[in-house]
Amino acid sequence: MAYSEKLLDHYENPRNVGSFDKNDPQIATGMVGAPACGDVMKLQLKINDQGIIEDAKFKTYGCGSAIASSSLVTEWVKGKTLDEAGEITNRTIADELALPPVKIHCSILAEDAIKAAIADYKDKKSK
Amino acid sequence: MMNYFELFDLPSLFELDVNALRLKYLELQRIVHPDKFANASERERLLAVQKTAQINDGYSMLKSPITRAEHLLALADIELAHEYQTLKDPMFLMQQMELREQLEDIPTAKDPEQEIIDFQLQIDTFIAQFEQQFNQLFNDGSQQALDNAADNVRKLKFMLKLAAEARDLEEQILIF
Repeated sequence: MAYSEKLLDHYENPRNVGSFDKNDPQIATGMVGAPACGDVMKLQLKINDQGIIEDAKFKTYGCGSAIASSSLVTEWVKGKTLDEAGEITNRTIADELALPPVKIHCSILAEDAIKAAIADYKDKKSK
Repeated sequence: MMNYFELFDLPSLFELDVNALRLKYLELQRIVHPDKFANASERERLLAVQKTAQINDGYSMLKSPITRAEHLLALADIELAHEYQTLKDPMFLMQQMELREQLEDIPTAKDPEQEIIDFQLQIDTFIAQFEQQFNQLFNDGSQQALDNAADNVRKLKFMLKLAAEARDLEEQILIF
């Protein structure tokens, strides 16, 4: 199975790798893991007062497909509202990167990381 | 679903007499050995081959604690083998991140040989804790306890992944 060029590009030159201070009230942190492969993903969103995602960073320990999925997602969420970001599905991620069927769980991980970050932000705001 | 514990005449428990498993495995293998079926019919030979495969599958599944735990849960109708569900326990995942960062830093540490050994001991302790907890939860047997046992197995998989990566790194460190 040959990997797509987009996938290889995101894997070899991952965008937005790194961390924000998770205690910063503007920062939402989503942590998810895939028991099937042991991959761990941390996605952080920087959200402004208008509820727009200004910046995003990720740190992923896992296979190339998991790294590419999270890298892609950090690009996609920038400029989006939380609701818009919450609509990103694993399907669109998998299609964009042409993930092979055995790697679909990597795109699920990325989708769930966005959802976990949004939940973290709402949780922070309600406190 | 095949109950491999029954195949090997063992109680369906996480705690297992590994020696009894091995002896029963050898005994079963002898019974279905192809040499015993040299003059048997085509059908009997085929059955013996199938039985051999089943015995081998069962042996490897019961021998390793993680697959043994998965088998016990599958027998209790909790199927983990092909699930896509993600784990969302933030505390546990934060710890996983930290452990992976720690592992990543070992090659450039002052004494990588000592650090990799310490790291592996640390992971082994976690693995032993998860296995012990699984045993207690499984023996409890309530639905709540079984669900928690399943979560335990999921977490154990992350620890086993770390242990495998630590082993790879240890090999690299010892070569250089």
